[in-house]
Amino acid sequence: MKSVLEVKNLNVRFNENAIIKDVSFEVNQGDILAVIGPNGAGKTVLFKTLLGLISYEGQIQWQEGIKIGYVPQTLAIEKDLPVSVLEFLKFKNAPMSEIYEALEAVGFLKSSGENNSHHLRHHLLNNKLGNLSGGELQRVLIAYAILGHPNVLLFDEPTSGVDIGGEETIYSLIEKLHQKQGLTTLLISHDLNIIYRYASNVLCLNKRKICYGPPKEILTPKALEELYGTEIGIYAHKH
Amino acid sequence: MPTNIDQNLILSLVVGAFVGITSGYLGSIMVLKRMALVGDAISHVALPGMGIALAYNFNPFAGAFAALALGILAVWGIQRRTAIATEAVVGLIFAASLAIGILITPEPELLEALFGDISRVSLTDGILAITFSVAIFIIMYFVRNKLVLGLISPDLAKTQKINTDMLDLLFLAMVAIIVALGLKVVGTLLMGALVVIPAISAKNISRNLQNYGLISLLLGATSAIGGIALSGLLNIPPGPTIVLASAFLFLLTLLAKRE
Repeated sequence: MKSVLEVKNLNVRFNENAIIKDVSFEVNQGDILAVIGPNGAGKTVLFKTLLGLISYEGQIQWQEGIKIGYVPQTLAIEKDLPVSVLEFLKFKNAPMSEIYEALEAVGFLKSSGENNSHHLRHHLLNNKLGNLSGGELQRVLIAYAILGHPNVLLFDEPTSGVDIGGEETIYSLIEKLHQKQGLTTLLISHDLNIIYRYASNVLCLNKRKICYGPPKEILTPKALEELYGTEIGIYAHKH
Repeated sequence: MPTNIDQNLILSLVVGAFVGITSGYLGSIMVLKRMALVGDAISHVALPGMGIALAYNFNPFAGAFAALALGILAVWGIQRRTAIATEAVVGLIFAASLAIGILITPEPELLEALFGDISRVSLTDGILAITFSVAIFIIMYFVRNKLVLGLISPDLAKTQKINTDMLDLLFLAMVAIIVALGLKVVGTLLMGALVVIPAISAKNISRNLQNYGLISLLLGATSAIGGIALSGLLNIPPGPTIVLASAFLFLLTLLAKRE
């Protein structure tokens, strides 16, 4: 399989504090890599470093010509910020047809009525960004990330609790995008059940690499204890 | 000489309109960036520069520009280094500059520097003001979306290869220039208002970015033209009249929002 991303001996420092210490891993095409770790473990810093937003030592090698879509942690947007959803999506300079495509991919065009684009314009696109619910905003951010047809998606902690319409969770959406568009996906998550279900590989991070591999092989109670400091109860339901 | 007075009035109306439009347009982004008071502080920084220029007999514009350049570099540097202290340090710069400015500005010119007097604008100053207003307006038109994306999420902006640091510096430079131009129109003490009030009024009634920008610039122009015309009619100083006109428009938008 082709390697999309190769990270070798990555070190990140803020002033004198080491945030990421000597981390190495590889992501293959089509993988879903989940990054887990306690608060302050350097997960978001790792993503920002991969995106080229933070300076680092070591090696980060993306496959040549790769396009990356980034979904940041849910943004705090003021309610009265005078920016409509359509205006926001247009910041990516994509044509209208592609915007509709992206919105469909994130589940905004469910029924295929003929007045669909009219309906969408009225209820979503002309709305202010700050008026969206948490789930809607997250879907708009994902749509924004997939505009321009990226090969890789980086998700910073998609909130599993957010209801994005019916039964569908952000994670099943991520999986759908992964299957349909063959996107290589890197995501930060707290939810171990989700990781078991969806991730092909897990990177346990607590400043340094604690474990790395397929979830079923490497997420042992011992590894989790080392990662989080206490025993995590996912194997405890034996009653 | 009635024709001379008319010419002056027309010149001040034209200059006022141009500065009003660009102030409103630029101010709309300042308000979103939560820089409402930064505009105020920056305008105060101009005073010592003008004071030195008046005392040593060179063009007050040049003095104001020089002081403003120093001021914005200070604000920008602080903004980049710390997230917390900006407001506090801006407060310090604001008060200290005003104090220095009052001490070194020659008494006869102090009132004009503080409150402006567009009725005494010269043709050269007028052409300068119009040229800079048009240039800033055009630049803003092209960088506005990038600035807004940067304030929604600096990270998203950076992943789209937008250099947000440089963009912020460019923006502050434009703010400084428009403030220097506005000093002739409404003066040091009131320039912050000309940049901010049209924008906060527009924010009351706009549904999206496009009409927010349009309404801001229209309110800026209306305040300037209305204020200058009214001040000529009632024979009162133009600076405060312009600001009161914009405050009145703010009240109207507030009423419109309630309905």
